[in-house]
Amino acid sequence: MIRFDAVSKNYPNGTTAVDELSLELAEGGITVLVGPSGCGKTTTLRMVNRMVEPTAGTVSLRGQDIREIAAPELRRGIGYVIQHAGLFPHRTVLDNIATVPLLLGWGKKKARARAAELLELVGLPGDMAKRYPYQLSGGQQQRVGVARALGADPPVLLMDEPFSAVDPIVRGELQAEFIRLQKELHKTIVFVTHDIDEAIKLGDNIAVFRTGGKLAQFDTPERLLAHPADDFVADFVGHDRGIRRLSFVKAAELPLREGTVLPADSPVARARALDEPWVLVVDDGRRPLGWAAVAELPDGGTLADANLAPLGHTFSLVGDSARAALDAALLSPSRLAVGVDAEGAVVGVADAYELSAAMAEDAAVGDAAVSDTAVSDEAEVRVAKSDAGGGER
Amino acid sequence: MRDGEPLIRWEWIGDHVGELADYTGIHLRLGLLPVLFGLIISVPLGMLCHRWRWIYPPTLTAANVLYSIPSLALFMIFVRYTGLTERTVMIPLTLYTLSVLIPNVVDGLASVPEPVRQAATAMGFSTVRRVVQVELPIAVPVVVAGVRVAAVSSISLVAVGQLIGQGGLGYYITRGLQLDFPTPIITATVLIMLLALVTDALLVLAQRLLTPWARGKGATA
Amino acid sequence: MNDLLNQIELVGDWLTSSQQWRGDDGIPHRLLEHLTYSGLSLLFATLIGLSFGLLVGHTGRGAFAVASVANLARAIPTFGLVVLVVTLAGLSTTPVLVALVALAVPPILINTFEGVRGVDPDTRDAARGMGMTGWEVLLKVEVPMALPLILLGLRVAAIQVVATATVAAYPGLGGLGRFIVDGLARNNYELVIGGSAVVVVLALVVQAVFTALRRVIVSPGLQPSATRS
Repeated sequence: MIRFDAVSKNYPNGTTAVDELSLELAEGGITVLVGPSGCGKTTTLRMVNRMVEPTAGTVSLRGQDIREIAAPELRRGIGYVIQHAGLFPHRTVLDNIATVPLLLGWGKKKARARAAELLELVGLPGDMAKRYPYQLSGGQQQRVGVARALGADPPVLLMDEPFSAVDPIVRGELQAEFIRLQKELHKTIVFVTHDIDEAIKLGDNIAVFRTGGKLAQFDTPERLLAHPADDFVADFVGHDRGIRRLSFVKAAELPLREGTVLPADSPVARARALDEPWVLVVDDGRRPLGWAAVAELPDGGTLADANLAPLGHTFSLVGDSARAALDAALLSPSRLAVGVDAEGAVVGVADAYELSAAMAEDAAVGDAAVSDTAVSDEAEVRVAKSDAGGGER
Repeated sequence: MRDGEPLIRWEWIGDHVGELADYTGIHLRLGLLPVLFGLIISVPLGMLCHRWRWIYPPTLTAANVLYSIPSLALFMIFVRYTGLTERTVMIPLTLYTLSVLIPNVVDGLASVPEPVRQAATAMGFSTVRRVVQVELPIAVPVVVAGVRVAAVSSISLVAVGQLIGQGGLGYYITRGLQLDFPTPIITATVLIMLLALVTDALLVLAQRLLTPWARGKGATA
Repeated sequence: MNDLLNQIELVGDWLTSSQQWRGDDGIPHRLLEHLTYSGLSLLFATLIGLSFGLLVGHTGRGAFAVASVANLARAIPTFGLVVLVVTLAGLSTTPVLVALVALAVPPILINTFEGVRGVDPDTRDAARGMGMTGWEVLLKVEVPMALPLILLGLRVAAIQVVATATVAAYPGLGGLGRFIVDGLARNNYELVIGGSAVVVVLALVVQAVFTALRRVIVSPGLQPSATRS
């Protein structure tokens, strides 16, 4: 879809923004360019719509060298979102969104109808159409920025740190909204960020750049976390990458024990017979009620009479990742994670040690599978990820 | 202009150095005192506008309306009350400076970062002390930018006062016209420009000395 | 206070006497002269100041030259310039118009330039990134966003031109300043104050026209941030 062939960008003052970059971005996926400031990620992005012209090499779009297309024409076919949105302060929200359709000569009525549609798509109420940018919050401006980029329904979107100027809560909302939108629209997206967490959260593929405009690694998020190409990448993705990669392991694959789970009407004696410090008490529908500390149980009666410690949180075998399971184990009073099915009924429990052993195995198998195939064999990986990532998103 | 008359007769300048110096002094007084008076009016007024925002638009409109009235007309209106005196020239010039100085005082005060204001309050400054010791000094670069504009245009406007006999170097402009003799007109015009430019440069210098922390910032008009 | 009423009465008498409304020396003719000088010079100054201001602001080249010219021009005493022009070129309209144009160009030029240059780089980047050509960026983004400052420049230029056109009566030109200058020469205070009143009214009308113009043609989206003037 988008292809960089030995692309370099050097400035007259001797700095090299991008150095001999070769990269192929797949159609319909999100490619995140990430790296420290001055690594050439934004320059790379801007070379796609000719906002920056390379000094050497070729950038091609669907097999066509982009230099063969007049810059304005090329840009009208590529959505562009920037950090501070860059909305036109003198135009209403609706007219901002209608910009590209109007440039393409759609006619006012049609362009505005399309803009109204997009306003709804990005989750803004229709009465915002008549407002001016200064009347919007930062997050709302950014949504308008995205809607404006989608104006003429371009197949490609370029996004330059679109969510980095808003506070973390709004950023989370925008990211979730963005993932929802992408599921609907299947655009080919190039996304620049300096935030590795954002990259892992959003990217189908991640290109890590190092200072001096060199590509350090181009991989799926899973592979990036499991096998950083060198110390720079390892350092950049952070020391907690081990935990992060758990996001890509499905909770359904984890081994669970059923032994310590008892219904509330069980006699106390039965709990003692298990010879476990903690027993998970469930109701008739096997929904978890809480943890009973066996040593503190009354002498007689049923578990219904016992004081139960709260559960912490459970993890779902259908949607959650191993990361949620591990988190559940660490936060539970019994140090045991409770796995539930789609109905919320308990399937089993596992402790942190059991979980991590299983995860290590699983990750090793996953790595082998990935490394056997080409790096860009992402279909399989993406499926695995969208299942595993459900709870995270 | 008479045939054969040169643009400049240098010997005329040489003959009139002393007199030119006297008129230059008068010109500076007529041009710069109004800026000082304007500042005396604008600083408190600007502080009021900063404190009570709703006063600002009508105040600014009033200042702009005054500024739009041609100097010649305004001089004539004041002649009735203050006669053919220097005051008649200086009062309108003072009024003109307000349209530049008031907004700059307000913008200058607005340029004080909110954390600084709050830190000063938290350390126990009273409102008056905070304004005088913290906010006004921080506003100086923006205010000086306004003073520069006001001073330059005030110095250039003084000459019109010659039509009521009080124009500083403007004297040579009317004199030259009456005598059909360009040398004094050119001399006076160039001198007035030089006065304006030198004043401007001195104000830049003064600001650098006054606000060593703001060097390189806010020095443009 | 009584004196003020006297003055107003004086102006009223002068304005209502029928001879003020007829002939070459009447208010309509002088006003027409005044508007012609001011309008023509403002028109030429706008053509020059606006095109250079837009050019320099859009390309970013020549910014220093623009700033220097504007600074220097502000220091020129308008009275001296007009009198000098008449002394050197004789009493005719064209040289005075040239002087008025020279006075009106700098405020238009510098404000247009500042207005275009002050456009948020992000906004300009977004405009280009969406596929606007250079002309489209200029006409659809930079000019509308610079309008508050462009109008400010035009207003300042108009005010200066109207004022200087008044002074231009001194070396012998027509216009509303004639009443004041002639009144002074003949010691006719009624004429002086009546003429001044007409000049004041004209100035207020100019000011009002620009205020109204701003309300009408500047986008409401720019009003809150555009309080600088």
